[in-house]
Amino acid sequence: MLSRIAESLFWIGRYVERADGTSRILDVHLERLNHLPLEEQRSVARELLAVMGAKPQGEEFGLPELLHALAYDKHSASSIAGSLGAARENARRARETVSQSLWESLNTTYYGLNQHRKDVVGTYRFCNWVLERTAMVRGLADTTVSHDESWLFMVLGRSLERADMTARMLSTRDVQSAGMSWVNMLRCAGAYESFIRTRRAAFGDQHAAEFLLLDRLFPRSIVYALRDADECLAKLDPSAQRVGFINDARRIVGQARTFLEFHRTDDLMSELPEHMERVQKAVTQASDAISRKYFNQADEHAWVGEVS
Amino acid sequence: MSDLFQDYSEAAARSGAYDEMFAQGHIARKSYGQVSGALRELSLADVTARADSMARTFLDRGVTFDYAGEERPFPLDIVPRVIPADEWDVLERGVAQRVKALEAFLNDVYGRMAVVTDGVIPRQLVTTSAHFHRAVHGFEPSGGVRVHVSGIDVVRDAAGTFRVLEDNVRVPSGVSYVLENRRAMAKGLPEAFGQQHIRPVEEYPRRLLSALRKTAPAGVDDPTVVVLTPGVFNSAYFEHTLLAGLMGVELVEGRDLICRGNRVYMRTTAGEQRVDVIYKRIDDDFLDPLQFRSDSMLGCPGLVNAARAGGVTIANAVGNGVADDKLVYSYVPDLIRYYLHEEPIIANVDTFRLEEKEAREHVLDRLEELVVKPVDGSGGKGLVIGPDATKDELDALRKRVIADPRGWIAQPVLQLSTVPTLSGDKFGPRHVDLRPFAVNDGDDVWVLPGGLTRVALKEGSLIVNSSQGGGSKDTWVLADSPQLPAEIIPRQSVTVREQVSVWPVESNWRDRQTEQQQ
Repeated sequence: MLSRIAESLFWIGRYVERADGTSRILDVHLERLNHLPLEEQRSVARELLAVMGAKPQGEEFGLPELLHALAYDKHSASSIAGSLGAARENARRARETVSQSLWESLNTTYYGLNQHRKDVVGTYRFCNWVLERTAMVRGLADTTVSHDESWLFMVLGRSLERADMTARMLSTRDVQSAGMSWVNMLRCAGAYESFIRTRRAAFGDQHAAEFLLLDRLFPRSIVYALRDADECLAKLDPSAQRVGFINDARRIVGQARTFLEFHRTDDLMSELPEHMERVQKAVTQASDAISRKYFNQADEHAWVGEVS
Repeated sequence: MSDLFQDYSEAAARSGAYDEMFAQGHIARKSYGQVSGALRELSLADVTARADSMARTFLDRGVTFDYAGEERPFPLDIVPRVIPADEWDVLERGVAQRVKALEAFLNDVYGRMAVVTDGVIPRQLVTTSAHFHRAVHGFEPSGGVRVHVSGIDVVRDAAGTFRVLEDNVRVPSGVSYVLENRRAMAKGLPEAFGQQHIRPVEEYPRRLLSALRKTAPAGVDDPTVVVLTPGVFNSAYFEHTLLAGLMGVELVEGRDLICRGNRVYMRTTAGEQRVDVIYKRIDDDFLDPLQFRSDSMLGCPGLVNAARAGGVTIANAVGNGVADDKLVYSYVPDLIRYYLHEEPIIANVDTFRLEEKEAREHVLDRLEELVVKPVDGSGGKGLVIGPDATKDELDALRKRVIADPRGWIAQPVLQLSTVPTLSGDKFGPRHVDLRPFAVNDGDDVWVLPGGLTRVALKEGSLIVNSSQGGGSKDTWVLADSPQLPAEIIPRQSVTVREQVSVWPVESNWRDRQTEQQQ
C-alpha cells in the first residue's frame, strides 16, 4: 500500500485513541478541579495541561482555559476537538481505503464537535459523547475493514497511543496528589470493575497502579497495549531474523514492554514517574521509527500540518 | 434570590414544618450558603436542563426501581440536603448507639432472654412478634455479629429535633442510591460543591466488604463473600448488582447455592466453590424452605442449619426482624439504658402501644389526628394517616385495631422537615426523612456520612416511599474543620533525576543512527 495512506491510517488510530484518553482524563479531573480553591485550581490546571503535553497560552490560565485547551481547541493536536478533527482529515485523505462507514462515523463526529455547551456541566456530556463516538469508530474499524496491512497500521497507532495515554493518566496522579484517589484512577481507565474482580480485597494505590501498568489481560494496561503494538509490528514485517531486530520500532517497543513485564519491585509508587516517562519516550521513539521505516518522509512531523 | 424561589416562604409557612434550608424570614442557613449561592446563579432553563440530564443519566445507568412491573428512574431532586458537622456528630453517635443496643438485644433474645427475666420488656412482646424465629434460637452466629448492615430512619420534627422513626435491621435498602446520587450531583450541580469539604460516600462498599470478611466463620483465611439476591424481578435488584459489582464478589441466586454437610457451596465453571459469607438480600421467610416457607424457590435448603453449625455467616442474621418490630421500637430507649447504661442520644417519636387498654381507648377516640402503622410493615404499606383518611377508612381501621391490637401502633402526625425541591417551574418545600446506614464489623459501628434522604414529591404529602411517589436527594455531610484553602502545601516536584533510576541506561541508538546518516 502507499506509504501516505499507511501514515494516514496510523494517525487515525492514534488520534481517535488520543481523543478517547483525553476525555477520560478530563472527565475525572474536572470533578476534582471544580472543588478546589481558585488559586490552587489555576496551578493544577497548568500542571494538568503540562502532563498532557501542551503549554498554556497567555498569563491567565484557569478552568475555562483548561477546558478550551484540552477539549475544544480545534487548532491543538492535544485537545479532543483537535484530535478528532485531525483523525477526520486523515480519513479524508485515505477515503478510498477506509470503509464508508468508518469515514462516515468520523465525519459525523467531526460535525458534532460544536454541538455542546462549553461550561463544566456541558463538558461532562461532551466527554461522554466523545467516549461513545470513539468506541463506535473503533468498532467500525474492527468490523468493516479487512484485517490486512491497512488495519494493522490503524491498530498499531491505536495501541501505541493507548500505552501513552495510560501513562499520562497515571502521571496525573502526581498532579493532584490530594484528590486523585485510586478509585478515580481506575474509573478513568474504565478498569474499576475488572480490577475489583481480580484483586478482591486488595485495595490501594500500589495495586491500582500495578494493574494499569502491568496487567496482562486488561486491554488498557500499558503492558497489554505495548504487546498489541509489538504483535502488529511483527505482522507488518514478518521476515524471520536469526539474531536481533532490524526494525527499530520493534526493538523499542519490545524493550519497554519486557522491561516492565519482567521488572521486579517493592516500591512501585516511587518508581512510577520514571516508568511513565520512559513509556512516553518509547512511544515517541517508536512512532518516529515507524515513520522512518514505513512512511519514508524527510520531515517526521509533517502530520502536524494536518491539524486544522 | 431568583424567581425560582418565588412564593417559597409562603408555602413553607403554610406547612408549618422546619425548613432545612431557610431559617425564619427566608434567610439561608449557614450550611446551605454554597448551595443557595449556586442556585441563585441558575435560571429556570439551566435547572430544568440539568434535572433532565440527571434523570437521563439514571436511566442510562440503570438506576431504576421496579414500579408496578415497570423500570423507572429513581427521581433525584437537584437540591441537596445538607447536614452541618455538629448535627451529624449527634446523629452518628445516636445511630451507632442504637445499633449496638439492638445487637445486644438480639443476642439476648435468641439466648438467655435476660431482658425478659429482668422485667425490662414483657415476654409476650418477643414471642408474639411475627419475625421471632425459633429456628435460630440458642446459637451465636459465627463472626458474632447479627446486625451487619442497618438503616435507622430519622426525621426532624417541627421544632427541628431529630427523632428516630423506625429501625431497619433486616434488609435495609437504598444505599445504592446514595452512591449514585453523589455521582450524578457531582456532574449535575458541580457549582454547589464549591470549596466546602463534603464527606465522601464512596468508601461504603469497601467498608461493607471488610466487615463481611471480618465476620467470616473462624478458621477461614481468605473468605469468599457472595450477595444473595431473589433475582432480577426484585425491586431492589439494581442495588444488589451495584453492591456485588463494587465489592467485586459474586451475585448469586438461591439456585446457585448448595448446602452439604453444613457447608455452603456455589456452582461455578470450576466445580463447586465454598461460600463463607452470604450477604442476604432476601426475606427470612424465603431463605430456607426447610425452616420457613416450604414453597420458596428463592432460597436454598439447609442454610439455617449451616449457619447454626458455624459453617457459614449470614448477614444480616436470620431472625433480626424481632428487633425492628414497631412495638419493640417503642421499648428501644429502655433497651439502650438496659444494655449500654447510657441515655438515648436520639429520642423516639411518641408512640402509643395499643395493647395497653388506656392507650387504645385514647387512640380510638382520636384516630383522625394520629398515624397508625402495622408493626411489621415496611415501605409505608398499611399505614393510615388520620387527617388524610376518609371516614370509611377510619372505621375499617378501628375494627382491625380492635381485632389485633398487638399488630398496630399509633403516633402523632409529625410535620417532617422540608427541603426546597424542584416542582414544575419553581422550588417548593417538600417533606423529607433520612436513612443513615451503619455497618457493624463486630468491633466498631461505622455510619456512612449522610445516608438516603427521601422526599415526598407531592406538596404536603408525608409519605416518602419510592413505591408511593417519593424521590430522593443527595445528602451532604459537611466536614468538621473546613479545609484551609489559604495554605497550599507546596507540592514536591519530584523529577526523575532525583529518584533512584531503575531503568537501564538508555542505549544511544538514536545518536548512532544520526551519526551514520550524516
